[in-house]
Amino acid sequence: MSDSDQSKTLLEIKNLKIRGFSDEKWHDIIKGIDLTLNRGEVLGIIGESGAGKSTLGLAAMGYTQPGCEITSGEIIFDGANLISLSQKKKQKYWGNRMTYVAQSAAASFNPAHRLINQTTASTIRAGLNTKDGAFKDARDLYGALNLPDPQNIGDRYPHQVSGGQLQRLMTAMAMSPRPDLIIFDEPTTALDVTTQVEVLAAMRGIVEEFDTAAIYITHDLSVVAQMADRIKVLRYGEEVEEAETRRMLADPKEEYTKSLWSVRSLEKKEEVAGDIVLEMRSISAAYGAAKVLFDVDLKLPRARTVAVVGESGSGKSTAARVITGLLPPSEGSVLFNGEDLPAELKHRTREQLRKIQMIYQMADVAMNPRQTVREIIGRPLEFYLGLKGQANKIRTIELLELIDLDESFIDRLPSELSGGQKQRVCIARALAANPEIIICDEVTSALDQIVQEGILQLLMRLQKEFQISYLFITHDISTVKAISDQVVVMSDGKVVEQGLKSIVFSPPHPKYTELLLSSVPEMDPDWLTNLLNQR
Amino acid sequence: MIKSEPTDSSKVVIENNFEKRTFWNRAKLELKKSPGTARFGMIVILFYIIVALFAPWLAPYGESQVFPIPYEPWGQEFVFGTDQIGRDILSRMIFGARNTVGIAVATTLISFLIGGALGLAAAINRSWLDQVLSRCVDVLMAIPSLIFALVLLSIFGTSIVNLILIIAVLDATRVFRLTRAVSLNVVVMDFVEAARLRGEGLGWIMRREILPNILPPLIAEFGLRFCFVFLTIAGLSFLGVGIQPPLADWGSMVRETAMLIQFAQYDLKAGLTPLLPASAIALLTVAVNFVVDWFLHKTSGLRDE
Repeated sequence: MSDSDQSKTLLEIKNLKIRGFSDEKWHDIIKGIDLTLNRGEVLGIIGESGAGKSTLGLAAMGYTQPGCEITSGEIIFDGANLISLSQKKKQKYWGNRMTYVAQSAAASFNPAHRLINQTTASTIRAGLNTKDGAFKDARDLYGALNLPDPQNIGDRYPHQVSGGQLQRLMTAMAMSPRPDLIIFDEPTTALDVTTQVEVLAAMRGIVEEFDTAAIYITHDLSVVAQMADRIKVLRYGEEVEEAETRRMLADPKEEYTKSLWSVRSLEKKEEVAGDIVLEMRSISAAYGAAKVLFDVDLKLPRARTVAVVGESGSGKSTAARVITGLLPPSEGSVLFNGEDLPAELKHRTREQLRKIQMIYQMADVAMNPRQTVREIIGRPLEFYLGLKGQANKIRTIELLELIDLDESFIDRLPSELSGGQKQRVCIARALAANPEIIICDEVTSALDQIVQEGILQLLMRLQKEFQISYLFITHDISTVKAISDQVVVMSDGKVVEQGLKSIVFSPPHPKYTELLLSSVPEMDPDWLTNLLNQR
Repeated sequence: MIKSEPTDSSKVVIENNFEKRTFWNRAKLELKKSPGTARFGMIVILFYIIVALFAPWLAPYGESQVFPIPYEPWGQEFVFGTDQIGRDILSRMIFGARNTVGIAVATTLISFLIGGALGLAAAINRSWLDQVLSRCVDVLMAIPSLIFALVLLSIFGTSIVNLILIIAVLDATRVFRLTRAVSLNVVVMDFVEAARLRGEGLGWIMRREILPNILPPLIAEFGLRFCFVFLTIAGLSFLGVGIQPPLADWGSMVRETAMLIQFAQYDLKAGLTPLLPASAIALLTVAVNFVVDWFLHKTSGLRDE
């Protein structure tokens, strides 16, 4: 796209300030950020949630979400100040010279139209290409993005392809008008590690091939390391630091940047198992006719953590549902302290229910939004232990202190808590029942790196203090390294490998474990290149 | 197992400075932000409630007090004149507020009680109970409700209790459908599963976990449903099978004075008489809808832009 007489700088943002309206007040979201992007360059933007990454990404297109407004600054795209342009003029740029790839491809496609029509719609509408030309180009793009059957995949509907394919199709859509700039907003966050690798490789390939400038927004440093030429770290709407990728990884200047990958250094010393609290004996289970678990054996020792890893659809969560009694197994049995546990939830005694507690991935939906923290934590105290009134309140406050929150939180609603605080309250609710086992279903995967570290440390401390066993379901290998004693690798409803962490994580690996382990991005800008060469 | 340290009592008496979110505090805050239409609606509704409650003191004459002159024109003694047997129209309109609105509120409440409870149960249970209830509701909804109500009223007789129960049951079908639909979105949430895993019973899950989360659409529906019930009762009264004389009721008042409208060319005021109870119905319907609109807008999370 770039001609020699055009200037090298494609996008320049100067002292940009954006504020948003919520809770009856204006809040500053972006507090004066400068940004320069050259043609053909990829800039990575990282930060925790709430750092203003997405707002900045959208602002780069001259767009703000409803309820937000730009208060000052300049956004100069190829010589034009987008802020001073009318909505109509800006729309000439959108979907044409600048395009956007959203986090959830599934929510961004119209389910009623064929993929190829959606891929090419804006190109044809803007008159950049004829229909036949755009279709042919789209098929070439599908090929370049390593999609299966590139000639025909465009004739399918969004529900007929997988999540990873959809994310690549969206990249094809963004690439179709040959834009000067693509904004990628967390495009792989919702994907499994093994899928993420393919999508990352495809995106990087196509951005390089057409020499497109891109802004890549993510909270995962190791992902951005593969994609970006430069990295900008944001926090609370301000820039922490910006540097060339290799330099940033080798030598981060600021404390905050260093703390971003501290969770990766967290590692629990593995301990050998004592007595077994819970055992799954040759469990098979099915949803209706679809079998999802095949002959699964699993042992959970007392006061230890067993991590269950695998992609989505591997049966990890189904195993948890069998243990909790939500899904009675078709074969096999669950033993709790050596005794058979009734298969169905309604046949279990209150005492059996009390001893097995659960923490969920999305703390948002795991708590009733209309109940206060006191009701949420107080209910299991009342239900299992019969604590009422003042005794209930005292115990609730003690539990809050255990999870490092003070009593001022007691009357808050979940919506008034941060993501990490929500998850802590969920932990307190599980703890209130004095359980012997807590099943943690992806409890940290929706959280930022630093918050993750806090939660993991809290869980480890509680384990030591109260001798609780954790069944820790996750797809994140660095979390497994941080918390587990034993590891169970699952794939397609079967256990591929299990044993002590040190044994599972040292070669030789079964084929699937190998694939899973090698797909975890590393903090090395050459990791993806090397991996692709190896495969 | 978890052991707690003994807590000293000073720690227990805590007054947190965090603002208590009582119902009234929140209501006050919301009222302050309400738009003009909603305020108008609320004032009108309040007016109707006062009139209904204090009818015997507000009305100049008794509900079915008959005076010797029928069709008395508007004037000093009878502000809106008298009807075909010489009853004061103004007094009957004031008492009509009590009867018509009172019966409509009772009917709507009962229909929400039935429809809401069954809808929640169906959404949580999802098995044979859901199937049985939903199919029954489908059958009931397949018959036009006004005609169905007419048939049932002629079978069971037109007493107030029958009227309330029949309309309540017929309208409960709509409430059932709405409750079931909005509950289904909540039932799949993890906190409901968490409650089930805790071992909570159906009653707790219905009342404490789901109901608070579906309340906004239900309250909005309550307003709309109230209007429909109100109109149905007025319609049935107009047809002569609703509220029976000598009870004052706006629907039957329209019917009884309907032919006066033909005299509008000779005496405008006389012509307006049947429109008075009709506009009383219309005004309340509009007022309720204003309030419901505001409420719906507020709970839908749409921002004013």
